[in-house]
Amino acid sequence: MTDVSIQNYNINFGPQHPAAHGVLRLVLELDGEIVERADPHVGLLHRGTEKLIEYKTYLQAMPYFDRLDYVAPMNQEHAFVLATEKLLGLEVPKRGQYIRVLYSEIGRVLNHLLNLGSHGMDVGALTPILWVFEEREKLMVFYERACGARLHAAYFRPGGVHQDLPQQLLDDIYAWTETFPQLMEDFETLLVENRIFKQRNVDIGVVTVEEALDWGFTGVMLRGSGVAWDLRKAQPYECYNDMDFDIPVGRHGDCYDRYIVRLEELKQSLRIIRQCIEKMPSGPVSSVDRKVVPPKRGEMKRSMEALIHHFKLYTEGFRVPEGEVYAAVEAPKGEFGVYLVSDGSNKPYRCKIRAPGYAHLQAMDFLAKGHMLADIPAIIGSIDIVFGEIDR
Amino acid sequence: MDEALQELGAHIAGNLAADISGYQVAYGELTVTARAEAIGRVLTFLRDDSNCKFTQLSDLCGADYPEREKRFDVVYHLLSPQLNQRVRVKVETDADTPVPSVIKLFSSAGWYEREAWDMYGILFSGNPDLRRLLTDYGFEGFPLRKDFPLTGYVEVRYSEEEKRVVYEPVKLPQDFRTFDFMSPWEGAQYILPGDEKAGGKEPVK
Repeated sequence: MTDVSIQNYNINFGPQHPAAHGVLRLVLELDGEIVERADPHVGLLHRGTEKLIEYKTYLQAMPYFDRLDYVAPMNQEHAFVLATEKLLGLEVPKRGQYIRVLYSEIGRVLNHLLNLGSHGMDVGALTPILWVFEEREKLMVFYERACGARLHAAYFRPGGVHQDLPQQLLDDIYAWTETFPQLMEDFETLLVENRIFKQRNVDIGVVTVEEALDWGFTGVMLRGSGVAWDLRKAQPYECYNDMDFDIPVGRHGDCYDRYIVRLEELKQSLRIIRQCIEKMPSGPVSSVDRKVVPPKRGEMKRSMEALIHHFKLYTEGFRVPEGEVYAAVEAPKGEFGVYLVSDGSNKPYRCKIRAPGYAHLQAMDFLAKGHMLADIPAIIGSIDIVFGEIDR
Repeated sequence: MDEALQELGAHIAGNLAADISGYQVAYGELTVTARAEAIGRVLTFLRDDSNCKFTQLSDLCGADYPEREKRFDVVYHLLSPQLNQRVRVKVETDADTPVPSVIKLFSSAGWYEREAWDMYGILFSGNPDLRRLLTDYGFEGFPLRKDFPLTGYVEVRYSEEEKRVVYEPVKLPQDFRTFDFMSPWEGAQYILPGDEKAGGKEPVK
């Protein structure tokens, strides 16, 4: 018999693959069905957000953050406004903080619902995603009622939030938290103990604690390996100090544990949402520093000073003192950070966006090596990537 | 909070006197400025020292200051989950001098360095895979440099004649407008249209 030279087989996974969660082009080198090397090609959704922000005032730059991780828009805005406020030394009133936390947690529920559903779909379960989209729709209505937009909210502003919430909206959100646990229960019966789901996920994409830290993993990717690291507890921002919630952690660091951690985080978010509504203080929703926060329309009709403030803030914007800060929030996907450099003018000099999904996807080669081709969708599903934030 | 950071800064400065050029605490954050060629030693110390334990590289990015002699900053953000601290390390470099890669210390540095190369053209010696990452295949130039125009140089469209996507130089139907808000009373350095009547100088276009 003659020698036959066997070549590894290269395949292109995406950028149009439904399980690639967007425009991921993954070049896979296969030995039979075993993945030898995975090379993610990203940047197909690169819009130059960081460059654009350098040419916009601070207020104009803020809506770009909705367009990063478009699954949970307000969490991104949060990091940017925190960075701006840190430079300005601006205090947010209590009610503003509670509203921010309330909507950040709604964002977390939005994100985890989509992830749990699509992760199920990636490994073959079609029902869950249909169920979760119904819930997501209800939550988006809450977004819409607060800010007028289902997705691109532009609701968090430096100094607070754009508008106050009506009491009816808070009551409706509370009523939703009472019906939602029933759906969660039904949802869990579909997948958690499902034999096929376990076969597809247990011991797939295992990450140890050291590896997770080395690769810059944060959020569920780190907690799934057993580290109880959550910025909401470790470096509490806003009013997370007043909230009573737990940090679920996994044990094995595999796809299945990460799935369970997300499920549990949903319940914790629900607890925070309820506490926010129960404890919601009264008062202003944004700072009364008129050099940063524009006045209300009614005030402008009567006060010359308010009119001038409004004009100056919407043309020139506000100036931010020189300096550099790094502000991070616990976004649903992990640590979302903004490194902001100000040169004292009305536009950011440099704004680096630290997206959690970027660090997670980078480890794709390490996660996928030695796994079967069919495990790739499970891994991609469990690292929870959204291309808006990775490509920026 | 600030005292703890001052202490940490003094501890780092005491142990790495030769490798770092200073530290400062501002806005509740510690910034250490280091010499570019010593970045490997600095980060190793920060990672392994029992008083630092910065075991995670959360972020690495470039920043451009064209008026400086060494125009680029490379900024490392480290996180210590054990001690719940963050530190920022900055080094300076120019377009030709490579910065030693820290990929051996932190695997996460791989793509961050690729991005810094892609966006600023900062070279990293020792990174095995310094390809472009976020920009288009075959892209030229470094888009986040301050001298790169916001509109870029090329635009793409699908050509019906050639049946493929073609690249063409950017055509702007209207000049790109940047408004600056420098007040003429607060030190704007340029001549405004009309000023030439007073001094006989040409206005800036």
